[in-house]
Amino acid sequence: MAVLVYAESWNGSFKKATFEAVSYAAQLANKIGTDAIAITIAHQGDANELGNYGANKILTITDETLNSFNNQSYANAIVAASNHVNAETVVISNTNNGKAIAPIIAAKREAALITNAIELPSSLSPFTLKRKAFSSKAYALFSTDSNQKVISITPNAFGIHETQVSTTIESFSYNTTDSDQRLKSVSVDSATGKIPLPEAELVVSAGRGLKGPENWGMIEELADLLGAATACSKPVSDIGWRSHSEHVGQTGIAINPQLYIAVGISGAIQHLAGVNASKNIVVINTDPEAPFFKAADYGIVGDAFEVVPKLIEAIKTHKSNN
Amino acid sequence: MKILVCISHVPDTTSKINFTNNNTEFDSNGITYVINPYDEFGLTRAMVIKETSGATVTVINVGPSSTEPTLRKALAIGADNAVRINAEPTDANYVARLLANYAKNENFDLVITGRESIDYNGGAVPGMLATYLDIPFVNACLGLELNGNQATVIREIDGGKETLQGNLPMLLAGQKGLVEEKDLRIPAMRGIMMARKKPLTVIEAGDAEKQTSVLKFDLPEAKAACTMIEADNVDKLVQLLHSEAKVI
Repeated sequence: MAVLVYAESWNGSFKKATFEAVSYAAQLANKIGTDAIAITIAHQGDANELGNYGANKILTITDETLNSFNNQSYANAIVAASNHVNAETVVISNTNNGKAIAPIIAAKREAALITNAIELPSSLSPFTLKRKAFSSKAYALFSTDSNQKVISITPNAFGIHETQVSTTIESFSYNTTDSDQRLKSVSVDSATGKIPLPEAELVVSAGRGLKGPENWGMIEELADLLGAATACSKPVSDIGWRSHSEHVGQTGIAINPQLYIAVGISGAIQHLAGVNASKNIVVINTDPEAPFFKAADYGIVGDAFEVVPKLIEAIKTHKSNN
Repeated sequence: MKILVCISHVPDTTSKINFTNNNTEFDSNGITYVINPYDEFGLTRAMVIKETSGATVTVINVGPSSTEPTLRKALAIGADNAVRINAEPTDANYVARLLANYAKNENFDLVITGRESIDYNGGAVPGMLATYLDIPFVNACLGLELNGNQATVIREIDGGKETLQGNLPMLLAGQKGLVEEKDLRIPAMRGIMMARKKPLTVIEAGDAEKQTSVLKFDLPEAKAACTMIEADNVDKLVQLLHSEAKVI
């Protein structure tokens, strides 16, 4: 019956997406009338923190062989844990690691997999859940009759909900097999201090209107000032002005931050697909006919090279006054 | 080396999405279908392997006969043969099982898919297929180097990249980076002519379990009109973002 949620750690610490996934699992468990049980793997801090988001019980795995992420061993460990606590539903956040384990867990448990979920199920019988589809151009209402389910949730859609419950910690062990280790990690190259785009609350993005990669200084300054992640349009990443990892849009990363500021991006349908779930969109563009204005909440028709520096100054003033 | 490239037949990225029949079916009226963009990177990477070290490249799709032009396009790009499993691809587990039923007896060294299709975006089939074939699964793969039987692969992680190594066979769910956008292949006339003579085998779908169904589709609500702000009045934007949108 129970709902098991994978509480992902990142270099031993929880992420925002972790608390969101636990919040989701807690409310889902409440709706079903069962317990939310979290599982941590190689977490270094105090796992009790998950009780603040509604985890009734926390399984902790500290086996040395699971110190670094491996999708086979992590997926198998979560499957073993789901059997141990007799879970029917497994909740995972749709992070890159989450995406690498969710289908394995679903296949091993012969469970129905529903990815990109954005809400709690609207009905439990039949189990019916709204998810994003057509690269955020639409929503699909998915339904399953399967008792066993794996649900992966889109980061930033459900939100973090604090709810204090008393929680217990139980250590759990999983013995990694040779088969889990067929692929071995050689090195990890992570940009330090950068906010991962899918989780970012605020995003500052720019397109070809910036004329060249040398002009990104003001975009980065604006992003730093706001504590925002930086992003770019597809043409910009295709030409190589910015890294592929910043490309938001239909064939890049789909995001749904609180604020998306688009500078010098016209708003082609493929770009809009990846960003139209943003709660607030600001568009700065020289062309008053740019299609992006139709999808925006706030618009400024003007030259980015004049507007962005003024915006930086205005935000600095605002910050010093608040 | 035997490579299997799984191809999804999807609406072109410029498509306006609409639904029919009380929002229960995708409206394919006026839609141009293409090879799923994520699959194109993998298909091109397979072509590069074929040209540099020799390989037989099979492309496969689960779909009705209307998807055959998409498979023919993959043949025109250079795949050696194509397989169509004759079924509506309505559920990820169903598709993964059908693909696995075919692939399990064929001993592919490398199975390449896109990291997701741009229609349902489930990202579910690759990992399920790898699990059913009992081979390692690399999601969001943006780099591959082969040295004999050993593969060095790069996958996207949150805020960075991870390099992994292992022996074939394995399944890569690819994206941009497997090859660059500018290196994607467009079928040439000669390729299109040759593709007509290449084998396209149709297999009837066996039994496989469907676990999910779509009850209904919805389009996002239209945005209210955009609040326009004069370029020399950015203070007003900051004020609105603070007091109205409450984001700064």
